Amino acid sequence: MTCDEAEILLHALIDGELDAGHAREVEEHIASCPRCAAQLRAYREMSKAVAGADLRYAAPPELRRRIEASLPQTRMPNRRAVLRGFAMGSAASAIAATGLVAVILRSDDEQRIQSEVVSAHLRSLQAGHLTDVLSTDQHTVKPWFNGKLDVAPPVVDLTAQGFTLIGGRLDYVDTRPIGAIVYRRRSHVINLFVAQTASTERRAAKIEALQGFNIRRWSERGLNYWAVSDLAADELAEFGEKFEGAMRSGA
Amino acid sequence: MPVNPADNDPERARRFRDAALPHLDDVYTLARYLLRDATEAEDAVQECFLRALKHFDSYRGPAIKPWLFAILRNVCRAEFARRANSPTSAIDEMPDSAEQMPLWHEAQETPETQMLQRRDATAIRRLVTALAEPFQETFVLREIHNLSYREIADIVEAPVGTVMSRLARARALLRSAWLAEQEQPK
Repeated sequence: MTCDEAEILLHALIDGELDAGHAREVEEHIASCPRCAAQLRAYREMSKAVAGADLRYAAPPELRRRIEASLPQTRMPNRRAVLRGFAMGSAASAIAATGLVAVILRSDDEQRIQSEVVSAHLRSLQAGHLTDVLSTDQHTVKPWFNGKLDVAPPVVDLTAQGFTLIGGRLDYVDTRPIGAIVYRRRSHVINLFVAQTASTERRAAKIEALQGFNIRRWSERGLNYWAVSDLAADELAEFGEKFEGAMRSGA
Repeated sequence: MPVNPADNDPERARRFRDAALPHLDDVYTLARYLLRDATEAEDAVQECFLRALKHFDSYRGPAIKPWLFAILRNVCRAEFARRANSPTSAIDEMPDSAEQMPLWHEAQETPETQMLQRRDATAIRRLVTALAEPFQETFVLREIHNLSYREIADIVEAPVGTVMSRLARARALLRSAWLAEQEQPK
């Protein structure tokens, strides 16, 4: 075997694409040719480095939603089903605000809840009542909710990611108390509302706009989240991704 | 556009969703490398899934991923045709001489014993993205999607021997670029 042949075939050897006979021929050549042997080592080293790095891209949630929406619906979502924890994945939207509010959903209408969450966001900005507990320390904010709600809203410090924790607030959505966790990015407030849901299924985030606010909504581990803010959709998406990422790595 | 009546069959849509959607990240990844643009990749992936649904009846298996990749590649070729005045990004529009250059032209000038410095995924992605076609495409299908030479040959509609030489060249180019960058940062 010549070097020219070996230089091509050593890649097939690395990839396990050679039959036993050809593999032996390549190995025999390499055993007697230091230059080809060095190349084999070099490319094995590179293949290892490449295989060890995550070179994939994750499809944006919005793309997934667009594609899902373009497929014929298997079932027609009815309003009641939509209310039960986004399991149908049809009407979800996300609300980013500097607060996280926990909502207990029962037979509520998804759109109405969404609009109530935006109203709660607006109230928090207008009434000078953004926070009940003012603290940038997640270990202060989280215990503050104890005994006030049926769920323990997760409080994550995202300061290092560019979203400053401001505090927490008890709010009311659908006549029930919910927890809002409040974050700030630059001059923008993000209210994050959390609601318990019967479904533990993870639902990918969706972003919708309502009354000039963006809402990012997602579900994970039995909780529904709405992040509401006047931030641009991409920054709100970033907030949601950072929050979800911190939840996954911290849990 | 005329709508295939089968497209509205919910049961068929469900089978398609179950089979194809788990590969969304893979299809998107390939689109990102081929098109080198996030927004165009999204549009191409959406078009790919629309076409795949339309032709789902002609899909015979067993592996759906290579079938989706082949569809995506056709979508991307249409995009390249649209971009006709940016020839550097077109698949299969490399002059033949590019493929016929001596394979080890670069590598022979590079000491094979030189170690590659560790790079993070972002840096490697950038190096891979900078590879010329058709070498990048072959490299991505092999190294990122772990397809066999046969599967790659079917997708790119080229003989296995061509896949093999493109892959060898892709790796040589990548290694040269990697070494060049560590010798001369920035």
